[in-house]
Order: sequence, then structure tokens, then C-alpha cells
Amino acid sequence: MKRLAMNGDQAVALSWKQIDPDVVSSYPITPQTIIVETYAEYVANGEVDTEYICSESEHSSMSMCIGASAAGARAATATASAGLAYMWEMLYIAASMRLPVVMTVANRALSGPINIHCDHSDAMGARDSGWIQIYAENVQEAYDNSIMSFRIAENMGVRLPVMNCLDGFIVTHAIESMEPLEDDVVRKFVGDFKAIHPLLDVRAPHSFGPFDMPDYYYEHKYNQQMAMMNALDVIRQVSDDYAKISGRKYDLLECYRCEDADYVAIALGSTAGTMKQVVDDLRAEGHKVGSVKLRLFRPFPFQDVAKVLDGRKGVAVLDRALSFGAAGPLFADVRSAMFDNGSRSPAVNYIYGLGGRDVGVEDLKRVFLDLENGTAETVNYLGVKL
Amino acid sequence: MTAEDVIMKPGTARQYHTGSWRSRRPEVDKDKCINCLFCWMFCPDNSILVEGGEMKGIRYTHCKGCGICARQCPKDAITMVEEGEQ
Repeated sequence: MKRLAMNGDQAVALSWKQIDPDVVSSYPITPQTIIVETYAEYVANGEVDTEYICSESEHSSMSMCIGASAAGARAATATASAGLAYMWEMLYIAASMRLPVVMTVANRALSGPINIHCDHSDAMGARDSGWIQIYAENVQEAYDNSIMSFRIAENMGVRLPVMNCLDGFIVTHAIESMEPLEDDVVRKFVGDFKAIHPLLDVRAPHSFGPFDMPDYYYEHKYNQQMAMMNALDVIRQVSDDYAKISGRKYDLLECYRCEDADYVAIALGSTAGTMKQVVDDLRAEGHKVGSVKLRLFRPFPFQDVAKVLDGRKGVAVLDRALSFGAAGPLFADVRSAMFDNGSRSPAVNYIYGLGGRDVGVEDLKRVFLDLENGTAETVNYLGVKL
Repeated sequence: MTAEDVIMKPGTARQYHTGSWRSRRPEVDKDKCINCLFCWMFCPDNSILVEGGEMKGIRYTHCKGCGICARQCPKDAITMVEEGEQ
């Protein structure tokens, strides 16, 4: 298919149009709004068969997806920041009921102070809700990840909701050249929705979400954990299948010029793209540096991360979120992953880009030079004005 | 039990005897009862036994002893008694 110029939100809406979910619930919030607005146009134009529901809040929006999914429908929604926070209770319920809801999150800072720009504090706050989290570097990945999200969520060995994360404004609003797939290719890839115990099967009545006492609650949580761990291989498999139809090969993480790199930085989302430029610039000056883009944050690919970071002289973990009183959430997992490595590469944390603070090539260059010179603290606050 | 915590049969709450949670039990004085069925309407656990439009007693296997029936009874025909006492 020919290349198109579109922003990340439009690309996600386009992927939904091609998939034509049974139900889309919507509640607008910047920087996600373009997704549900664009989709509303598809609905109004009769280009999709979706039941499009305008909700009165994000809590309701997620509840509608839960109800629809339990009833046997393929359901999707989108949100950001405070909207995701308002869904809190229902996020856990979607996951524990093992409903394959797909939600795009346009990553935006949480209030307060109120701020509409990019950071990962919204999704990181939902880290333990039981949702799979995939992060996109650019518009193409936002589109590709959106399509793959449905296949991953609906896999019979997974059956968990998926959060398709893209950086607010940086990816959601920036227009880039991207290449969509043909409608029928997408539809065939995603396949028909297979419901498990659909609630609308009145011949076999059953109860969803009943009270769970101490004698079984733990087992249900254990099952969720096992499904998450299954998802690692399923995501690899879905990514391989996607490569066959798109020519674009994704893995759980992507290494850039890491082979002989002494110093490596790892990040989620759009910053991983900027890092590639920095790596090229520094390589041209003779620095042995490389970068890692982590696509998947939950389930966390501990073994893959440990492997690519083994034997380095220094590792910088970039977090666009902060766990107050500790450090970045990505840092906690990356450093934990390396603990079992023979070499235990020294690792430092950089908190960056909170509330949309721009992080450019020069900022990231400093990260690598700090690593080389051994001048980084354990936790660093990149570019903060003191 | 399913992985999704779905109960595959209807009506299984009947098998779960919530009456064991009770610390106080309602007792009915049928001499005072006028069969208005307020207790039946208000009982959150479907534990008021009714036959032919008449209040016939309490289903103690499921009554949790919340006392709503005693509070709502317009004739004070239901009293809450500590379990273990006569």
C-alpha cells in the first residue's frame, strides 16, 4: 500500500477502522482525542460496523469495554493521563476477568501540577494492573503495535488486556510518513473474535466477576501471572507473523549498534529514536556506544534485557516517570534483570522529560559521556533546573 | 473454578451458607406479625420464608443477621437475639 502522512493518533484510528471492532467506547482526553474523533468520523460515514458509545467518564468507558468483551465482543478504547487514572479500578477488573480489551494510551503526565504533555507516569502507575504494555517509538510502530495488540490480547494462552502506549504529542500529534497494510490483510491477520463463555449465551447462564474468597483469589492471581509469562512467547510469535505480512520485524527489544558497545542506554518510546541519532554521532567520534529500545514493559522481558546488557562497562536506564522516594520504574526492573548476570554491568538511572520537557540530542549525548567518564550519580535528573 | 473466575452454573449462591457469618439472629413473634411482608421486601439475602402470602419464618442457612427485617417491621414482631442465647 502507498505511504501516507499521518500522526500517531490517526494511525491508531486507521488500524481500528481496518479491524472494525464490535464496540468502541470513547471519552475524549488530550492527547488521545484525535483517535476517538477520527473513529467517530468512520462511524458517521458508515465505513465501519462498530457500536460506538460515548461514555460519561473514563471509568464508564472501561466498564463498557469490560461489559462488551464479557458479552463476546471485540472492544477497544483510548485514553491518557487522568483518564487512565480514573479507570484505575476497572483496569484491574478487565485483567482479572481475562478480557482481551485493547486500549491505546497517549502517554501524558499526571496532575498535578496539571500538564498535558508527554511522560510515562500514567502508564507506569498502571504497571501492576495486569495489562500488557507495549511502547511505540514512532507513528509506524503505533500503527503496527495497535494491530498486533488485538492478536496478542486474544491469544488463547494469554487472554489479557493490552495497553498500546505512544508518547503524547511527540508521536500522537507529529505527522510522519508511514505505510499501512491493506484492509483485508489486517482483517485476516487479526482474525475473528473468539469469545470464551460469552455472557450473552442465554442457554448457558453463568456469572462473571463473582466474589472471590481467600480460598481461590490467590489462584486467580497466579493464573494471571502465568498468562503474563505466556505472553512473552506469544508476542514474539505475533511479531514474527506480523513481519511476514508487513516486512517489519519487531522483537521484545531492539538493539542499536550494541554489538561491541561498552556503554549502552535503554529507554521506552520516542526517546529511543533520538538515541539512535546520538549513538551515530558519538560513534562517528570514536565512542563505543549503543542503545536499546524496550518495546515491551509488561510482561518485562527479564532474560532478554539481562542478555543484551551483560558485560557492559556502563548502562544508563532512562525513565520518563518517577517513583517518588525511589527512582525510575524502568530502572528498578532493568537493574533487577542484570542482578543474575555474571558481570552485573554498573547501571545508573536518568529521570528525564517529565511533563513533556524536551529531551534533545545534546541532552542524551551528555548521558553517554557521563557514563564514559564515570561522573553519573546512581539517580540523575536530566536537565532539571536547580 | 475457571481461570477467569467465571461460575459456569446459575444459582450456586444457594450452596454457600452465609448463615454461618451471623452473630445475632432474627426471631419472629407470629402473634404480632400482620404479614405485610416488609421483611421479605427489605431482606438483602432472600432469607424470609413466604408461603401463600404469609410470612413463615427465617431461612437461617443464609440469613447473615443484618437486622434490617427487625428495623423495618412496623409491628416490632422481629427481635434480634445474640447467637448462643435463648
